[in-house]
Formats: sequence, C-alpha cells, structure tokens
Amino acid sequence: MTKQTTEKEWPLWEVFIRSKAGLDHKHCGSVHASDAEIALESARDVYTRRSEGISIWVVPSNAITASKPEDKESLFEPADDKIYRHPTFYDIPKGAGKM
Amino acid sequence: MTELNKVNALVQYAAQIGDNGLIIGHRMSEWCFRAPSIEMEMALMNCALDLIGQARELYTYAGEAGGEGKKEDDFAYLRDEQDFRNLLLAEVPNGDWGDTIVRLFFMSAYNKLFFTELAKSTDAELAAIGAKSLKEVTYHLRFSSEWLIRLGDGTEESHRRAQKSIDDLWAYTGELFTMTDAENLLLEDGISVDVTALKADWDELVSQILDQATLSVPTNNWAQSGSKSDGRHTEYFGYIITDMQYLQRRYPGCEW
Repeated sequence: MTKQTTEKEWPLWEVFIRSKAGLDHKHCGSVHASDAEIALESARDVYTRRSEGISIWVVPSNAITASKPEDKESLFEPADDKIYRHPTFYDIPKGAGKM
Repeated sequence: MTELNKVNALVQYAAQIGDNGLIIGHRMSEWCFRAPSIEMEMALMNCALDLIGQARELYTYAGEAGGEGKKEDDFAYLRDEQDFRNLLLAEVPNGDWGDTIVRLFFMSAYNKLFFTELAKSTDAELAAIGAKSLKEVTYHLRFSSEWLIRLGDGTEESHRRAQKSIDDLWAYTGELFTMTDAENLLLEDGISVDVTALKADWDELVSQILDQATLSVPTNNWAQSGSKSDGRHTEYFGYIITDMQYLQRRYPGCEW
C-alpha cells in the first residue's frame, strides 16, 4: 500500500455475487472497506456465508452513476405505451414449443 | 499417570489439536458485538465458527478413538484446566484489534502449514479433517495477512501498535514448534505431524508478510511454553473455561 488512508470513514463498495456458473453477477448489498481487497473479503464474509456464491465483484459505490428518481416519468413512462416493442404479435409455430 | 500407548496417544493428539481450535475460536467469539464494524464482526465470527467446527470434529474423533464412549461435549465442557493442551498463543486475551489480528495471523500461518501436513496423515480421519480445515485456515491467513499489512503500513499509530502486538505475542510462537511425547510416538507411524519441521517455512511466511507490512521480526527468541506439554496455562485460561463450561457445570447433562 503506497497511499495512506486518512479519511475517518471507510468508503462504500457495492457487492455483486454470481450464484452459479452461467448466471449473471447480481447486486446483493454493500460493505464499508478501506480498499478493494478488504472489500472483497468483507463481501465474502458478509454475503456468502450460506453458500450464496462462486464469484464476487466489488465496485466503489461512487463509481456508479445512477438515474434520478425524479426523472422517472421522462425516462421510463414513454416506453409504457409502445406495446409493439414486445414481440407478442407473432404466432409461434407449434413445433417451436415454449418460448 | 497411565503409560502412553498408541491409543491414548491418538486420543491426546486429536484432542490437543481440537483444543487449539476451541480456545482460539472462543477468543474470536468474544469479539461478537464488540468488533470495530459489522464487516469485521462477521469476518471474526466466521473464523470462530470454522475453528470451533474443527474442534468438534477432532473431539468427536478423539472420543471414537478412545473407545470409552466419550462425546465432543465431554472434551469441551467436562475437562479441567490442566487437561487442555492448546497452544498458549490460542488463549492469551484478545487485546486490541492489532493483538487479535497478529495472534490470528501467527496461528493461521502455523495452521496452514500444519493442516497441509496433517492432510497427508496415515490416519484417514485426521487426513480428512486436515484437508477440510486447510481450506478454512487458508482464508484466515489471507484475512489476517491483509489486515496486518494495512495496520503495519497504515498510520503512524497503527504501525506502532501492530509492532507492539508482534513483540508482545512473539514469546508464545516458540511453543508452536515443540513436540509432545504423544506426537513423537505417533510420528513413528506417520500419523502425527513433525511440527519442528514447520518452523523454517513459518519463519519465511511470517517475515514475508511482516516485510510487506513494514514491520520487523523480533530478534528475541525466548519462548514461553508449558501448556501443550503439561497443561500449564497462562493466568487467563481459567476464566475462559469458567465462562465456556458454566452451563454444563451448572446443569449437568443439559442439552439444547
């Protein structure tokens, strides 16, 4: 470690866990830690105690850019009446089975 | 005292390794509700549960090997102070966070080397316990090493206090590499681990991490011993078993 941590509070990290091979990493919570390595260990200790995972990602919370709740209407509501964007107008041939 | 034979030596051996796990596991558990953060609390409780789990398996096996129908609880709750043969390093008080990390680090470095060898034991049960425990202590070593590096190479205060923890606990590390008569007897059949042979690797492992942590390895090699060989404990030990055994002594046979 070359850089000394002088802040009083440890930074926040978001934790993503892959539960088994082939599945995506899913956000499951956050931990406070001085740096990435400790964050990874803390994530292991806090979130995988009951065999929840086979792989962990930790990401500095401040590296995430999030949409604002107040922008909800302009961002998401315009999609509500575009039902043609769902591929529900096709007849599925019987032989294709369940999609 | 009964003469040492291969049966009671095996019982003593399994119980003694179990004593280490139980006592250091109990010490770790004392951090419950007292750790600096919830993350650290979870980390220490995980370690504690691993170590107490190891003790349970070893006590159960000691009971089976003895053939007297003893169960794990007989070993944990119904023996007296002198019957416990854990390493002194396992029983010294937690102290501050630095002391706790340094103790866990010294012990985990030893455990990693020890269980690597125990996994090769000619005794199938001990070998299986060794292989399972190895995975657990490998994480304990990683956790405590990373913390020690940050304490040593952290602030001026954390460096000073971590170095003090190392200097204070150093005298208890010599006992890690001593052999009991039971261990020597079982070594003839490849059952026990020759812990004297682990010393060089332990020194190497420890100095590597201390170096990264900008901490120094103490040069005073005077070693405190007596627990592993004869059950002579530190003054702190009685309080541990008083606390741990209270329920079973107060309500004999109690189960829950």
